[in-house]
Amino acid sequence: MRFQLTEDQRALRDGVRGLLVRRFDRDALWAAVAEPGLDRALWRELGAAGFFALRVPEAEGGVGLGLPEAVLAFEEAGRALLPGPLLATHLAAGTVAGAATGETVVAAVDGGLVEWLAEADVVRGDAAGAVPLRSVDPLTPLHRAPGAAGVADPVAVLLTAAEQLGTATRACELAVQHARTREQFGQPIGGFQAVKHLCAELLARVEVARAAVYAAAVTGDRADIAAARLLSDEAAVRGARDCLQVHGGMGFTWESEVHLLLKRAWVRAQRGGGVTQSEELLAADLVA
Amino acid sequence: MDLSYTAEEADFRARLREWLRKTLPSLPPKPSPDDWPARRAYDLGWQRTLYDAGYADVHWDASPTMRLIFLEETEKAGAPYVGANFVGLLHAGPTIAAEGTDGQRARWLPPILRGDEVWCQGFSEPDAGSDLAALRTRAWRDGDDYVVNGSKIWTSHAEVADWCELLVRTDPDAPKHRGITWLALPMDAPGITVRPLRTLAGSAEFAEVFLDEVRVPVANRVGDENDGWRVTMVTLSFERGTAFVGEVVACRRVLRELAAEARKNGRWDDPALRRWLGRLNAEFRALWRLTQWNVSAAETGGGVPGVAGSVFKLRYSHARQELYDAAADVLGPEALDLDRPWVPDRLSSLSYTIAAGTSQIQRNIVAERILGLPKGR
Repeated sequence: MRFQLTEDQRALRDGVRGLLVRRFDRDALWAAVAEPGLDRALWRELGAAGFFALRVPEAEGGVGLGLPEAVLAFEEAGRALLPGPLLATHLAAGTVAGAATGETVVAAVDGGLVEWLAEADVVRGDAAGAVPLRSVDPLTPLHRAPGAAGVADPVAVLLTAAEQLGTATRACELAVQHARTREQFGQPIGGFQAVKHLCAELLARVEVARAAVYAAAVTGDRADIAAARLLSDEAAVRGARDCLQVHGGMGFTWESEVHLLLKRAWVRAQRGGGVTQSEELLAADLVA
Repeated sequence: MDLSYTAEEADFRARLREWLRKTLPSLPPKPSPDDWPARRAYDLGWQRTLYDAGYADVHWDASPTMRLIFLEETEKAGAPYVGANFVGLLHAGPTIAAEGTDGQRARWLPPILRGDEVWCQGFSEPDAGSDLAALRTRAWRDGDDYVVNGSKIWTSHAEVADWCELLVRTDPDAPKHRGITWLALPMDAPGITVRPLRTLAGSAEFAEVFLDEVRVPVANRVGDENDGWRVTMVTLSFERGTAFVGEVVACRRVLRELAAEARKNGRWDDPALRRWLGRLNAEFRALWRLTQWNVSAAETGGGVPGVAGSVFKLRYSHARQELYDAAADVLGPEALDLDRPWVPDRLSSLSYTIAAGTSQIQRNIVAERILGLPKGR
C-alpha cells in the first residue's frame, strides 16, 4: 500500500498549479469578477494542456489518465477558483465534438440548475424553459431549469468534491496567512487560542476530506464517493465561513477574496443531488 | 496513489487471519472487568500466545503497513485488546528500545514481548495534566539511588504492574522541560501506595500512585539525567501513530450494528436519524482513509509518525463520542440502561477528548507545529 501521490501525480498537480498561476492569478480573478464572461482563450489553453481530455483514452486522442489525476487537476482548479463549466466540459470530452480541445464549451443541467448556460455551445440535459437567476456567486452565472433532478453521476460528484477540497485548502491558507500577519493587542491574532483553534479545525477538515477524496478516486466506490462529497462540502463551506470569521470585518467586504470562496462552495454544494442524496446513500450502505 | 497491498503484505494478512481463526476459539473466557489479577493474567497470556506465534514484536519491528494489517485483522477477528500490555508495548518498550543501553534493553524488552511483565505509566500529576512538563515529583541523588517523593495520577494497571515508567524532576532550577528525568520504577519498592480511582463509568480503570521516599537505582535511568523530556517525546509521538487503528475498525462495525438495531426497532424510518448515521459512515470511512494515508507517509518517511496524528486524534475522539450519542438516539429510553450494549461505551467515550492530550492541546499542536502560527500562552 502506497497511498501517497506518485512522482508523476505530483508533477501533474504542479503543472496544473503552474498553468493557473500564470494564466489565472489574483488580478485575473478580480478582472473576471468585474467583467463576467468566459475567457475563451483560456478555455482553449486548458484544452491544449489536456484538462478536458485527461481521462479520454490515448487511442482516442486523449491523455489516457484516470480519476486520481482528474481529481488532482480539479483540486487545483478549485484552489484557484477557476470559473467556467469545467465539470460539464470535462465530462463531455470524447463524446461532444470539440469539448476535449476546449473549442466547444459545454454546460449541463444538474439539480434544477444550469451553470454557464448563456456561454455554452452545447447543453446536456433538458434545459427547456430555463430562466436566468441573479446568481449569488459573481463568478458563476446560473439558470434555474424546471424538471426533476435525476440520480447523480458519481464521477461528477467526485470531481465536484475535488474542487471543494481545493477551495477548502485555499480557505485554510488565507486564514492562516491573515492570522500570522494581522496584529491586534500588540501581537499577531494567530497567537490567540480562539483564532488558532479555528485555523486548526480548518486544517483538520481539509486533511480528512483529502484522504476521503483521494481514496474515492482510487476505488471509484459509490459510498466512498458520497463520503468524499460530504466531507469536502463541509471542508469548503465551513472552512470558508471560518476563514471569513478569522478575517473579521475585512472578511465581510467585497474586496476580500473570502466571499468568493464561500459563494462558489455554496454553488457546488447544490450539485449531484445535494447533501441529502449522499447521506441517504451512505445510510443505505450500512444495511446493505 | 495505491490502496492495494503488496504480495508480501497480502501473504502476511492471509497467514495472520488463518492463525487467528485457529487460535481464538481455544482462548480462555474473558475475565470480569473488576478482577485486576485475572485481567493481568488474561492479557499477559494473550501476549505470550502472540509471542509463541511470532507476532509479539509487530508494534516494534514490522513496517507501518504490516502493523496496520495486524491491528485491522486482530480487531476484525475479535481478538483480545493489548490491555495490560499497552504501556510496555506502546510507551515504555519503544522508549527503552530507542534510548536505553544494551543492558537495559536486554533486561526489560524480552519480558514485555514474552508477556511476563506489566508496565504502567507515571507521567501526569494532580497539578501537571495538559502542562505535563510542570510535573513536581522530586528525585534526589543519594549514592547509587534516586530518592523519589510525590504523586502520580491516571495510572492504568498500577495495581498489577511490575514496572512504572516514571517522570521525575531532578533539577527544579532548570527551565521546566530541562529538569526532568525518566526512571524505571519497580512497583514492589517500599514507599509506594496505589489508590484506585473510580471513573464516571463506575469502573476503577485508573489509579493514583503516591511515592514516599522511594529508592530507585540510578541504573534504572533511561537517557541522561535531566534529558527525560526529550526521551519521553519519542514515546508520545509513537502513541499518536497507529494507536487507534483497531478502534476505527471497531467503530465501523458498531455503526453497522446501530443501523441493524434501528431497522429492528423502527427508528430507521426517521430520515433525520438515517442521515445522521450516513454522515457518521462518511466520517469513519474518511478516518480509515486518513489512517492509511498517515501510515503510507510514515512508510516513506522512515517509520516515525509525525504530528499528523494530532489531526487524526482530534477528529476521531469527537467522532467516537458522536457515534455513541447516535447509539443513544437509536436506543431511546433503553439508552439509560447500563446493561444495554453501547451504554457503558457511551460513558467511556467521554474520556477520548481528554486523554492523551485534550482536544484543545491537539489544536494548539496542529496550529503551531503544522500551520506555523505563533506560540501563545
